[in-house]
Amino acid sequence: MSAVSATARPAIAHGLRLQWEPAQEAHVLLYPEGMVKLNGSAAAILTRCDGVRTVTDIVADIERTYGVAGLSAEVAAFVALAIERSWLEIRP
Amino acid sequence: MNARTEPTSAARPGPPLWLLLELTYRCPLHCVFCYNPTDFANTGQELGTDDWMRVLREARALGAVQLGLSGGEPLAREDLEPIVAQAHTLGFYTNLITSGIGMTEARIKALKHAGLDHVQLSFQDSTREMNDFLSSTRTFELKSQVAALIRKYDYPMVLNVVLHRLNIDHVDEILEMAERIGAQYVELANTQYYGWAWLNRDRLLPSREQLRRAEATLQRFRARVGEKIKVFFVVPDYFETRPKACMNGLGSVFLTITPDGTALPCHAARMLPGLTFPNVREASVQAIWYDSQGFNHFRGDGWMKEPCRSCPEKTRDFGGCRCQAYLLTGDAANADPVCDLSPHHHLVTEAVERAAQTHPVSAGKANEKVLVFRDHRISIPVTTVRPGGPG
Repeated sequence: MSAVSATARPAIAHGLRLQWEPAQEAHVLLYPEGMVKLNGSAAAILTRCDGVRTVTDIVADIERTYGVAGLSAEVAAFVALAIERSWLEIRP
Repeated sequence: MNARTEPTSAARPGPPLWLLLELTYRCPLHCVFCYNPTDFANTGQELGTDDWMRVLREARALGAVQLGLSGGEPLAREDLEPIVAQAHTLGFYTNLITSGIGMTEARIKALKHAGLDHVQLSFQDSTREMNDFLSSTRTFELKSQVAALIRKYDYPMVLNVVLHRLNIDHVDEILEMAERIGAQYVELANTQYYGWAWLNRDRLLPSREQLRRAEATLQRFRARVGEKIKVFFVVPDYFETRPKACMNGLGSVFLTITPDGTALPCHAARMLPGLTFPNVREASVQAIWYDSQGFNHFRGDGWMKEPCRSCPEKTRDFGGCRCQAYLLTGDAANADPVCDLSPHHHLVTEAVERAAQTHPVSAGKANEKVLVFRDHRISIPVTTVRPGGPG
């Protein structure tokens, strides 16, 4: 798993869709013929991956929203994992 | 003595997350491994556009989110585009499962505009000769053109190839073709023996040696290409010793609507005796999913017999596939005979051995007659169970 630059702007990968499903009371990530049900922290990160915000922006926003600090390592690790799984992509 | 595990009654199931609409059984192809029922030509009139729209609304309201549009060939329906548009508006992730026949640039453009998320394109083989033989059509070039259209319209491309004895030795070439046409996902699905494939089982089952070679080829490809192309290899369960968790348990996540509106917990379930499957013309999707006998019967584990009932693995594989248990043993409540704990497991191993002794068929040779091609003119009712095997 390679490290993700703090200035990278991750986005939901092409062809995938993130949406809130009331019946599952969860955010889900939809891809060809499959679905991942996301837990709260995964959803908090992925819903902010809009291709505009940088990883640093995303960390700051989550820390502000939830009133916690020191999340940058955790967020970066999840973003790297999500890239590895082709959920996220970094657009040039 | 009352030491056996008490069966649990079926708890209220979750929503039908996966909705498969078999829009039509019409199909220009005649594939020898088609899972459509062999008596498909005798099913009732196809649902109209309004019926499909209502099914989409009702299923989505229950929580259905993945939508498969299949058939037959779904492009044979002229209202495919409005159906996709409705599904997209409702929030479904829409998957078109197609042979590509009937796809034109005008239609793929209209489907893109309607919000179609993904196209799964099937090939029968990597070569024109075998593709056209297995589907009993001249379609290889056409499919190749559709692959180019899928890429042009910026869809994630999923290539599906059903594997069996006649093409499993071409896995290398199939993967090369996938690379060449720009597929992102490749589904190498070993034939599941239902419908037309059941009739042709002795001539479609690969040998253990073929399977081993195919798996080795796949490993080399994965090592070379990595994550760029994801390959799903659906194992042929006849070679396993534990059954697949078929449909994740009947009635747990999967809902199929057949062309005439019959609702099924899996696309092959219509063959199961003693079950009544409702029709969406007469019942709401909610009543069908939660309250019908056909959907409730195999929920939970109260229906199980030994060895499943007291088996610790029952929560993992749900006893395997009910249709396979029925086709092979004559009783849908038996353990799937793929499981080597089943007293009927020998039926599976014997089928593999018998198939190994059956003469191979090659494309273009005069012995085509030994394979039964899917055709409405020879639509065959499945009325008897032949534990010894088909044909």
